[in-house]
Amino acid sequence: MIYEEVTSASRARRTLTGAARVLSALKIDGPLVVGLALIAVYGLIVLYSASGQNAGTIVRTLMRLILGTVAMLVLARVNPNFLRRTSPWLYAIGIVLLLVVAAIGHIGMGAQRWLDLGIIRFQPSELMKLAVPMMCAWCLQERPLPPSWLTLGLLTGMILVPVGLVAMQPDLGTAALIAIAGGLVIILAGLQVRVMAMLAGMAAIGAWFGWSFMHDYQRKRVLTFLDPQTDPLGAGYHIIQSQIAIGSGGVFGKGWMNGSQAQLEFLPERSTDFIFAVVGEEFGLLGLTLLLLLYVLVVSRAIYLATQTQDTFARLLAGSLALTFFVYVFINAGMVTGLLPVVGVPLPLVSYGGTSVVTLLAGFGILMALYSHRKLVGS
Amino acid sequence: MPAVRIKDHWREQHLFDQRALFAGALIALLTVVLLARLFVLQVLRHDYYAELSQGNRVRTEPIPAVRGLILDRNAEVIADNQPAYQLELVPEEVPDLKGTLKGLVALALIRSEDLDELLRTIRSRRSFDSVPIRLRMSDEDVARFAVRRFEFPGLDIKTRQTRSYPHRDLAVHALGYVGAISEQDLERIDPAAYSGTTLIGKLGVESAFEKPLHGTNGLREILVNAQGRSVARQGAFIPSLRTKAPTAGDDVLLSLDLKVQRVAEEALRGHRGAVVALDPNNGDVIALASMPGFDPNLFGRGITTAEFGVLQNDIDRPLFNRALRGAYPPGSTVKPVIALAGLTYHVVDPQQRRFCAGVFHLPGSAHLFREGKGGKHGSVDLEDAIARSCDVYFYGLADVLGVDRIAAFMAPFGFGKPTGIDIGGEKPGLLPSRQWKAKAFARAADRAWFPGETVNFGIGQGYLSVTPLQLAHYVSVIASRGKVWKPRLVSGLRDTLTGRLQRIPPVPDREVTGVDPEDWRRVVKGMIGATTRGTAAAIGAHAAYSIAGKTGTAQVFSVGQNEKYNAKDVEERLRDHSWFIAFAPAEAPRIALAVLEENGGWGASAAAPIARKVMDAYLLGPDGKLKPAPIPTGAPAAPPSKKQLEPTSPSRPPEQKQADTRTPPAPRARTTALSVSAP
Repeated sequence: MIYEEVTSASRARRTLTGAARVLSALKIDGPLVVGLALIAVYGLIVLYSASGQNAGTIVRTLMRLILGTVAMLVLARVNPNFLRRTSPWLYAIGIVLLLVVAAIGHIGMGAQRWLDLGIIRFQPSELMKLAVPMMCAWCLQERPLPPSWLTLGLLTGMILVPVGLVAMQPDLGTAALIAIAGGLVIILAGLQVRVMAMLAGMAAIGAWFGWSFMHDYQRKRVLTFLDPQTDPLGAGYHIIQSQIAIGSGGVFGKGWMNGSQAQLEFLPERSTDFIFAVVGEEFGLLGLTLLLLLYVLVVSRAIYLATQTQDTFARLLAGSLALTFFVYVFINAGMVTGLLPVVGVPLPLVSYGGTSVVTLLAGFGILMALYSHRKLVGS
Repeated sequence: MPAVRIKDHWREQHLFDQRALFAGALIALLTVVLLARLFVLQVLRHDYYAELSQGNRVRTEPIPAVRGLILDRNAEVIADNQPAYQLELVPEEVPDLKGTLKGLVALALIRSEDLDELLRTIRSRRSFDSVPIRLRMSDEDVARFAVRRFEFPGLDIKTRQTRSYPHRDLAVHALGYVGAISEQDLERIDPAAYSGTTLIGKLGVESAFEKPLHGTNGLREILVNAQGRSVARQGAFIPSLRTKAPTAGDDVLLSLDLKVQRVAEEALRGHRGAVVALDPNNGDVIALASMPGFDPNLFGRGITTAEFGVLQNDIDRPLFNRALRGAYPPGSTVKPVIALAGLTYHVVDPQQRRFCAGVFHLPGSAHLFREGKGGKHGSVDLEDAIARSCDVYFYGLADVLGVDRIAAFMAPFGFGKPTGIDIGGEKPGLLPSRQWKAKAFARAADRAWFPGETVNFGIGQGYLSVTPLQLAHYVSVIASRGKVWKPRLVSGLRDTLTGRLQRIPPVPDREVTGVDPEDWRRVVKGMIGATTRGTAAAIGAHAAYSIAGKTGTAQVFSVGQNEKYNAKDVEERLRDHSWFIAFAPAEAPRIALAVLEENGGWGASAAAPIARKVMDAYLLGPDGKLKPAPIPTGAPAAPPSKKQLEPTSPSRPPEQKQADTRTPPAPRARTTALSVSAP
């Protein structure tokens, strides 16, 4: 609560405590950073258990967290005007890199998602998670809102090109997340409810149409995707085992490093996409509730920050970044608990692996930059 | 031209705030949905998932129970358990699989032609599973491997318990054997009770007493991971797991006397035949031999197709249990019961002498019924007819009795139905009757019963067939003067843990009623005559006890009219079967037995000496004198035989107390009862 005093009171009296002075100098937001840090620490604790007490995993994750934190701190200090100006370029570079990856994959006769830069492997699709909402916000900043049909068409095209490229890699999970990040910008820009309803209706009609033209085996595939339980040894195995893990955890859990589903490897992808189930097995309902509350805290704070920004670009971009974070959480938790079909979406800041940690923290860096570089008009 | 829209910053901010608020609400709602889902999984369905999780991580491994032993009446072990060695290989611990297998070939532990098959088997298993690559190792094999063991990492010799029969083929047809569990076995057993075991009782005592012998498996819980590999710990913790010790099977105590059994089998060796010896006081099976036999150890260690082929194709049929399943015409051994029927129905005067001229002429028939051995007996009474086995006397007696009365009288002696012995596989034999014949034949002309068939019935030929067990059972009924016991091989079960012996009481069957004690005495006297002055006089000589016996010769094929039967001319396997039934000591019988020698020819020369050896083995002590009578096990002692040996009052009791169907009718005039024809 020290913090609340700092931000509100600082505007009025400019009497800053030491901690607040640091925060202010770094252009970062205290509650948000605390929330993210708590999630990351919680994640490391769980990961140590889920990885089978593998210290190497922890070290590598710590390195990624440090890299992400650096990216966050750097981006938080960047002037939003610079971000605004670079948005189209970033988007263009992203598209080119996606094409390069596709070309390499085509030549190498094997689909791939990353560019080997020697030291690290870089996934252009991760860049697009940020570039697409930035580009959308950039497009909308000078136009009257809600967007016109023409603008809507333009934006749709801008979203679908990278989404299509990523989907061909094939990485449907990331493609969906990019589409959602872009879509959220449009919705936050005030897309009319009737337009949304109309689009939803069209999608429903399209789905029905497609269904009626499908062969039986195709329908079966769709059904297995929607309800993996029908295929207990194939697609359903993951979800059945993760439900067993979560359900057997009960209210209090089996205890740290004592979840039999996770420790005896019945739970597949236990340290990556299905780590949510490890939390549920070892720390129970209480552990999961705590984790979800931390996420909600971070998202709420991020939305609050978004509402405090002062121009359209900042608002739309910040809002999209905040909501995308929750979408990650909900899709992962929904998948692991059997509410949603299985798509490869990691649990933010907890799942092991990939560069998504860096991207996520970079996104929060941008969000904080957008907030902390407001022009403070005199009171 | 459409109106130019201009940006309204205040309105846009307001719109965004609205949307953000809505998004916040949606986030709250979705979070609640997630929490609700978690509540369902972790609280409402917790028990269900906890059980699934437990089932995932814990595998139950059976600990097979030790099979009970089988002991004879003197506590000599007939079936026990021995360790069998097998070579097992854990693929992931073997650095060079092919090289290792080649090394084993060099040690002559596996054959090079099996290499490909073995490699396939090993590769089809999980890398941490122990794969048996050589079963049934001999002691030399084990020794040969042991000295070179350091060259073969990942290989180990495992022991398992397997059934062993130290006396090999001795009493195999009584004992049965254990063999691999078959599809049919699986239908009648609980597979869970047999997990960890590959063997099950197949025949005889091993099969009939499978349940007590098998015992109860124990179990051991082991922690497994998702690959099924047994692991010691789960993450950082070692969970507690249950183990339950197995309960060993009960030891089965047989009534069999291995010493007698051995004598019986030795006496039969080289021949095909059977010996069944019973204790007429309680139905105990003293010996049950069917020769030739086979080595039951073959089945326990896993019989090869070649080995089984040899047994199955053997012309002497060693797998065939002649004692229980071989049905043969009883021949003259039925004469005592026919004589009893004649006496009981009062159709014969035992003192009246008849003249035997070697041929019987059935009135109204041109067929001549001959003496089996040819020759003629001259003047014979009932006792002589039994002792000297006069066919002509019994042709006539049977004709007078008629088929209905013979069949009805013989049934309680156990003919035509299983004796009820406590092991399975017994054949019922056949006791023909008018009703049976009416049903058994397809052609109407065959369904009628002909008087000539009755005449043959009287000397145990024709449709009548019995198993050696049935015949032993029958002679034991005569020995006990009508008492009927179901033959039993198993007299008790012993709990191996507590040592407590549970005796199985003898099982009485319906007694033979309505026979006058004097008639029993007469028939027995005739049978004693057979071993003192009659057909089997040779075996009665120099016996330390009195023997009541009866020879029998069962025709394998019919002798044509006017033909003379000469055994030497007939191929060995077409010769008559030789029977001998006896009990001893005749005054207080302790053993009743039936001996069959297939194609042995005349009963007196082939089967009777075997019977004498068996009786000597059972009755005589090491000093060659009759052993004192043992205290009967379990059964209430038979009523003293004093009364039976007393001379009965000359006036026979006319009143018949039993209102049984088998009760003989009022006496008929004896003078008209028999008609013995002269040639």
